[in-house]
Amino acid sequence: MIKVNGEDFPWEEGLTVKKLLEKKGYTFPTIVVLINGLSVPENEYVSTIIPDGADVKAIHLVAGG
Amino acid sequence: MSVEKLKEKHRLLAQFQYIPGKVEKGYANRTLYVNLSENRIAEKPVSQEMKEKFIGGRGFGLKLLWDGVTGNTKWDDPENEIIIAPGPIAGITQYPGAGKSYVVSLSPLTHTVIDSNVGGYFGSLLKFSGFDALEIQGKAEQDVIVFIDGVNGTVAIEEASQAVVNSHILVEQLTEMYAANEEDKVNVSVVSTGAAAEHTLIGMLNFSFYDKRRKAVRIKQAGRGGIGTVFRNKKIKALVVRGPRIKGDLNHPADKTLLDKAGIKLHKEIATLDNSQNKMRIGGTTYLTKIMNDYDILPVNNFKFGSHPAANNIASDAFIKYFNLTGHDGCWYGCTLSCAKAINAFELKTGPYKGQKVLVDGPEYETVAGVGSVCGIFDPEYIIENNFYCDTYGIDTISFGTIMAFLMECYENGIINKEITGGLELNFGNGEAAMEVLHQMARGEGFGKIAGLGVRRLKKLFVEEYGADPAFLEDIGMEVKGLEYSIYLPKESLAQQGGYGLTNKGPQHDEAWLIFMDMVNNQIPTFEDKAEALHYFPMFRTWFSLNGLCKLPWNDIVPANNRTTAEPAKIPEHVQNYVDLFNGVTGMNITKEDLITQSERVYNFQRVFNLRMGFGTREHDQVPYRSMGPVTVEEYESRQERYDKQLKEKVGFDPEGKTTEEKIAVLRKYREDQYQKLCDAVYKRRGWTENAVPKLETLERLGMDFPEVVEVVKKYL
Ligand code: SF4
Repeated sequence: MIKVNGEDFPWEEGLTVKKLLEKKGYTFPTIVVLINGLSVPENEYVSTIIPDGADVKAIHLVAGG
Repeated sequence: MSVEKLKEKHRLLAQFQYIPGKVEKGYANRTLYVNLSENRIAEKPVSQEMKEKFIGGRGFGLKLLWDGVTGNTKWDDPENEIIIAPGPIAGITQYPGAGKSYVVSLSPLTHTVIDSNVGGYFGSLLKFSGFDALEIQGKAEQDVIVFIDGVNGTVAIEEASQAVVNSHILVEQLTEMYAANEEDKVNVSVVSTGAAAEHTLIGMLNFSFYDKRRKAVRIKQAGRGGIGTVFRNKKIKALVVRGPRIKGDLNHPADKTLLDKAGIKLHKEIATLDNSQNKMRIGGTTYLTKIMNDYDILPVNNFKFGSHPAANNIASDAFIKYFNLTGHDGCWYGCTLSCAKAINAFELKTGPYKGQKVLVDGPEYETVAGVGSVCGIFDPEYIIENNFYCDTYGIDTISFGTIMAFLMECYENGIINKEITGGLELNFGNGEAAMEVLHQMARGEGFGKIAGLGVRRLKKLFVEEYGADPAFLEDIGMEVKGLEYSIYLPKESLAQQGGYGLTNKGPQHDEAWLIFMDMVNNQIPTFEDKAEALHYFPMFRTWFSLNGLCKLPWNDIVPANNRTTAEPAKIPEHVQNYVDLFNGVTGMNITKEDLITQSERVYNFQRVFNLRMGFGTREHDQVPYRSMGPVTVEEYESRQERYDKQLKEKVGFDPEGKTTEEKIAVLRKYREDQYQKLCDAVYKRRGWTENAVPKLETLERLGMDFPEVVEVVKKYL
């Protein structure tokens, strides 16, 4: 199990940042991803594997109306 | 009739001469007063205290309106006013988004004070013609035009009964009529509305600017709260200003280098980052539709649902196809974000202009979702046509959409039927019927005239006339304070429920838009966090309205390194830009904290203004349950997994084996309770009582404890 934005989310072997964003349906173009407080650059979403128990933040910088 | 002939028909009712003067550090230091009952025109000085306490823009509007009306004034009384004011930063050309006007009046929808912001050139040209605000009071006997000639220093009230009402024709005619020549057209701006503003309570105002590249007059809208209705009630056909040619230093800023520096930085950001961020320069705000749909917050079918499989049909690409990008898409000089998109030569399929090819301004996201998805309509051509007619008829697309959606739900529930609608089948998705309602609004006949009363009055009417269940209508009628909701679904974001409910004017998202911070990012989990956000963001956003600024360049483009800052949601670098702009123009030396205090003064004053008009207490901040959670079985079951999970994890209620009705009731109790706790936390943070009344100590801290303000507040303490 990992935490995503403070909520439980099931972990699986080989879970990358890219896969997680897809699973969560996070399609917004500018999301800041932090794993255990460390920022992951966008070009490493495909290769970065999330460890079990991680605290993941996927902060959407959405302007809105 | 030719423009010359039309002009000859204008009869001069009053004229006023003045010395145009010079703007100093962002202020003209006087306002213009026009009384249409007495055909009287005068100027009023702007005091130092007025600048310190009210800054400009909406602040000036509120102050002038407060002085002009009493607690008993009704929206259609002659003493109600319409005030248009830009603000001290308005009119600079160095920084994007610096040409907004703010309009203030007593609203026919809310019966209290309303403010609405708008692009176009009017406000800045007004200031450069010598006035920080235009204040109109009284009612004319015949239709009139007020013409401010800032080049020659005259203001005139002209009778203009022959002029058309609908905006797309009128703005072209008046621009032609009052500009000295083709070159001069960019120096003319017109404020107008349209035929439907006369017959409904949701009339809006169009503010024009001349698009030199397209050789056409463009219009932007002050949409919210029915100010167009007040405009026609005063028998105003149009306001016209002709100002001097715009140059970068007409504000005579104290330190222009600060403006240049901030401007260069932002232009660069836009040039390098817009394509990878929101692509505003290509599609305007239409990019929001897809995002809202993906995250289940695009209102569909009267806010029942947050997404729809057909939403892709009305996503950005569907409109970019129509947008013609060869024109001038900044609604004021220097706005390189240029989101004011236009469609050239759109052939109309309905109404009095059927078959004609017209220029359509927009649509923006709010219109796409407002007249589209919220009514279950996913046809881009319908949206464009509806956008055109709303604009030319002088109708607010947001209120129109939210009203139609409410009517459609009433129709589908048998509360109204074909007999009542005059044969219209108002099912969700029926664009043809919705368009007919719009045309009826313009003609002032049939069911359109009834629809134009707005959701609040329709609820009452349907209960009284057709025996509708009042509780159900209260739940599904998307209005607060009498104003229709703008177009975001706040059900899953408690903070955004407050962002809509705990506002001064009603549910318009320009005060706070916290859905993602709250619902997706979970950055403000506690009541105190939410209350802090519902203090900071409304105050920060209010500041734009005091200064004549557009909100979009604040956070619809963000610096590349914004993600690494301590508070990315605030866009700290842009906040500093605004501090620099204010100091650069006015010569003052404010900090980013002072900026919030400036807003707090006006924001609290507006709250007290509401109290003075008989509103403004806690009961007026309550929201319909549709904005908090699922009202119907259909809604609950469409998102059953989500709601069941919340019942288990947040409420501690086991949904296993329970009926949907039981689950709805338990969830409702929980969410309503959360909303009350949110109210408590927000009022506390804002320095208000539990009844939402600013405390005396708050007013004293802000220096807003004027005797007449204290007198109003004391009645509630
Ligand atoms: S961002 Fe858009 S609405 Fe704002 S000033 Fe620029 S063009 Fe106008």
